[in-house]
Amino acid sequence: MGFPHKPHARETLVLSRHFGEQSAIGLDGWRKRGGYVALEKALRMEPAEIVQIVKDSGLRGRGGAGFPTGMKWSFMKPGDGKPHYLCCNADESEPGTFKDREIMRWTPHSLVEGCAIGAYAIGAEVAYVYIRGEYTEALDKMNAACREAYAAGILGTNAMGTGKTVHVYVHKGAGAYICGEETALMNSLEGRRGNPRIKPPFPAASGLFGQPTTINNVETLVAVPHILVNGADWYKQFGRAENPKSTGTKLFSVCGNIAKPGNYEVAMGFPFKDFLYELCGGPLKGRNFRAIIPGGISVPIQTREEAENSPMDYEGFVANGTMLGSGGVIVIDDAQNLVKQIARAARFFAHESCAQCTQCREGTAWTTKILERIVAGDGTHEDLDTLLEIADNMTGKTICVLSDSCATPVVSGINKFRGDFEALIRKKRVHMVPAQVA
Amino acid sequence: MSAIGHQNAPYAPVFTGARKSELDELLTRYPTKMAALLPALWIVQEERGWVSSEGMAEVADLLELTPAYVKGVVSFYTMYHQHPVAKHLIQVCTTSPCNVCGAEDVVKALLKHTACGELGVPSPDGRYQVIEVECLGACGFNTPLMVNEKFIESVTPETVPELLASLS
Ligand SMILES: Cc1cc2nc3c(=O)[nH]c(=O)nc-3n(C[C@H](O)[C@H](O)[C@H](O)COP(=O)(O)O)c2cc1C
Ligand code: SF4
Ligand code: FES
Repeated sequence: MGFPHKPHARETLVLSRHFGEQSAIGLDGWRKRGGYVALEKALRMEPAEIVQIVKDSGLRGRGGAGFPTGMKWSFMKPGDGKPHYLCCNADESEPGTFKDREIMRWTPHSLVEGCAIGAYAIGAEVAYVYIRGEYTEALDKMNAACREAYAAGILGTNAMGTGKTVHVYVHKGAGAYICGEETALMNSLEGRRGNPRIKPPFPAASGLFGQPTTINNVETLVAVPHILVNGADWYKQFGRAENPKSTGTKLFSVCGNIAKPGNYEVAMGFPFKDFLYELCGGPLKGRNFRAIIPGGISVPIQTREEAENSPMDYEGFVANGTMLGSGGVIVIDDAQNLVKQIARAARFFAHESCAQCTQCREGTAWTTKILERIVAGDGTHEDLDTLLEIADNMTGKTICVLSDSCATPVVSGINKFRGDFEALIRKKRVHMVPAQVA
Repeated sequence: MSAIGHQNAPYAPVFTGARKSELDELLTRYPTKMAALLPALWIVQEERGWVSSEGMAEVADLLELTPAYVKGVVSFYTMYHQHPVAKHLIQVCTTSPCNVCGAEDVVKALLKHTACGELGVPSPDGRYQVIEVECLGACGFNTPLMVNEKFIESVTPETVPELLASLS
């Protein structure tokens, strides 16, 4: 692998249309594909007009929370005399998610353009693209794209000859999942430890370097040029007619026990069942899907039945007990020890906790310890109650939601697959034999 | 100095010539000097293979920070090495999505073929060191791993010998 699959007829290729085309990576090739037409247009518009079009399009954040992008942008007030900043969140480290990586590796100029438009729309002269340190190829491609864009006069103090200033700088992370959380990302960019900040103040009031700041995911920003060129109505056509709250196309990363892992782009609301079986080829030979996590490891686990019932949009997943999250679909089949995988997920969060909050620091560690004990065959039935109690203490009580994210697979796992836990507990349980009275 | 074999070598600064110009250019991108800290530490690691106390002190001096502050930041991030590492540091993802696809078998094969035997322990010839890491953001390419700065996708226990042979 390493190369994108041949697109399926039922995919809707907007963002991923040029994945796999070597000639799309450089500036000349990108321009031939319509690159920077949107930026040229944007720089001649009023920032407020751009924000309005993005609002009308219904675009929502693709980083996990699904916040309406146009509304987020409208919190920024160009002309307030303060420097504004745009941060592009390319820290992509939610297990199961690898879409931003493909965007940057195949179409880096689409992100440079998206950042430049976003920056201009919120009254910022500088956009920082914070890319996780492990993404060496994406970093190279993005650095090269920025260099080309500066050399061609697209970026700089006279962007595309308009006299406007737009800078896009790549900033390399250094290994920390938590830096994907927006306030931790800002701290990290400022040269600090990546600890999330208490909100409020929200970034739009006081963000990077204490100035008004907007943070957007890679996929969110690369959708913007398409919306500007084709219009809000064009974007809105993608989605379920009965659900106008989720519009556009979405890249889903698919991994785990499935025939054809990879990135797939579909219109919002696509039937998840068809997605799993038709596009992704269904389960591996001789096996069955057991549990599916549709939005990165932080969202609730779905049973196969729930998954097969879900339309793939924000509301569709919520109606079936989970969330769209980052769009990282993790498939676990009947050959796996599900409890072991939940324990491994908990270990991930314990490793990645920034350790500021007691509930998170201690809770992620205890949860991991208890789950690993159950997997080792030394669990008790009381452990399940303890896990749920700890999960309750970890939810809604901390500076950021990493703590909640650790509780999520545990709670949804126990609720939906309790039998798996109990089987492990019973298997090795040594029953006390009452002493025989002589 | 903590690096074995370098006890008597005086510390040679990293930020001279082209590397100094690189840092100067970086400083123009941010309104504070502190913001250049992560990039500056990357430069140190690229040059020296790890970030020593002397390296931290040099960066602290250039960015008007204290060495203790810099150490606090370095220790937060998993990618900065605070000790020298083997020539080929192999970092394998074993987080759940890779785990269900057999990442632990890849780790076992690596420990065997490198003769490291154990996670984190350098091989007897000092060439290899294998560690487990959390999600590398390439979950569809099982199993992904990194050899130093190089990303390698789709490694299986069967392809491990071939992979090791390709490392100089
Ligand atoms: C623990 C944690 C990790 C996160 N990781 C990422 C990430 O890797 N990439 C990302 O885009 N958003 C991530 N987010 C969400 C961001 O905080 C933020 O909501 C998002 O980048 C906003 O962009 P959007 O509105 O375009 O989605 C994370 C959030 C939390 C709480
Ligand atoms: S919840 Fe966890 S990761 Fe988030 S700020 Fe608190 S300790 Fe840090
Ligand atoms: S879980 Fe292994 S790369 Fe994401």
